[in-house]
Amino acid sequence: MLQTILIILGIGILAGILGAILGIGGGIIVTPILTLGFGLDIKYAIGASVISVIATSSGATIAYIKDDLLNLRVAMFLEIATTVGAIVGALLVGIVQPNFLYVLFGGLLLFSSWNMYRKLRAGSEILHKTQPDPLAEKLRLNSSYYDKNTQQQVDYQVEHIPGGLSVMFGAGLASGMLGIGSGPFKVMAMDTVMKMPLKPSSATSNLMMGVTAAASATVYFFNGAILPQIAAPLAVGVLIGATLGTRIMQRLPAKWIRVIFVPLLLYIGGQMILKGFGVIA
Amino acid sequence: MQPDKKQTSAEMAQVEKIIGLILQIGVLVSATIIGCGLLLLLFTGHSGYSGQNFPTHFDTIFQGLLQLKPFAIIMLGLFCLILTPVLRVAVSIYAFAKERDRLYVIITSAVLLILLFGMVLGYLDI
Repeated sequence: MLQTILIILGIGILAGILGAILGIGGGIIVTPILTLGFGLDIKYAIGASVISVIATSSGATIAYIKDDLLNLRVAMFLEIATTVGAIVGALLVGIVQPNFLYVLFGGLLLFSSWNMYRKLRAGSEILHKTQPDPLAEKLRLNSSYYDKNTQQQVDYQVEHIPGGLSVMFGAGLASGMLGIGSGPFKVMAMDTVMKMPLKPSSATSNLMMGVTAAASATVYFFNGAILPQIAAPLAVGVLIGATLGTRIMQRLPAKWIRVIFVPLLLYIGGQMILKGFGVIA
Repeated sequence: MQPDKKQTSAEMAQVEKIIGLILQIGVLVSATIIGCGLLLLLFTGHSGYSGQNFPTHFDTIFQGLLQLKPFAIIMLGLFCLILTPVLRVAVSIYAFAKERDRLYVIITSAVLLILLFGMVLGYLDI
């Protein structure tokens, strides 16, 4: 028993470090390891994953409490869509086939690796110049942040609020069904659709992941999908890992980490899709 | 206008400090409870429950807590951890109220209500 607990603790530390560094939550790492490596039923893997997403988000949140990168207004406004989506998604888990979940989850991993590759290619961040959006003005979503890299105060605007809300609903749905933070989807909604700069997008996504996961976590908690012997060492590990990860991130170039991660996500994603279609056991 | 604004930003810094402290306490309390349950599980070598069983509802968890069952302590800690993002939303309402931002007090309260609705759904096992 000690050995299993230590292994899961180690997985948690790894997932926490990588989740905090990449800003994607630990679920994307934990679910494949638990299902493929431990042969755990996907229902319990998802329950464990929800816990790891919350731990990553809360661990990183307390490390970055005074960060002005975080846009609390954008987070809370969009959170309406993600929390509703997460509840709907969690309720669909019992109805939708597990094989469908595997394919969906695998597809999500492939999408993430493509997204990371795209970010890698894009290189430095480009600030989008947009006309002030009336809805964004009314909701006071436009803000500014201090970029430590370029040492400049960056004012930014957001647009396409309904589009961002729709993608966020989808992100919430995926969170609820798969027990992941769906960070890449959230970053996409803010960065690509709403034209918010990447840095505040990732910081805001990190906070939102925890809140979205909490909306569906109670469903998993009460229906017994969160196994204490797995979730406990995982939670402790992820909290340690996320705290370490936020420190490491400041020293390591994100580009270097993405280079390692693109093929890894491709591999795991492909394997899960094959499992979903019954090609491999 | 200017001194008023300065006072507000000093006040906001104070609010941020309080929020940070509340969240840190929340995460630390959850981690400590989970850690204690895990250590007790390792020392006793028994979960306190037969087979693969574990408590998932408040009544069974609290019964288990009175008997210091490791799985009951762990489940309490995990539930506290699930509450930490809820705590984050709740203190944000306080922050927006301090800023006198009525629109976002309403929006953030709506998020809190949806979260609580999700919790009730889970509790009723629908």
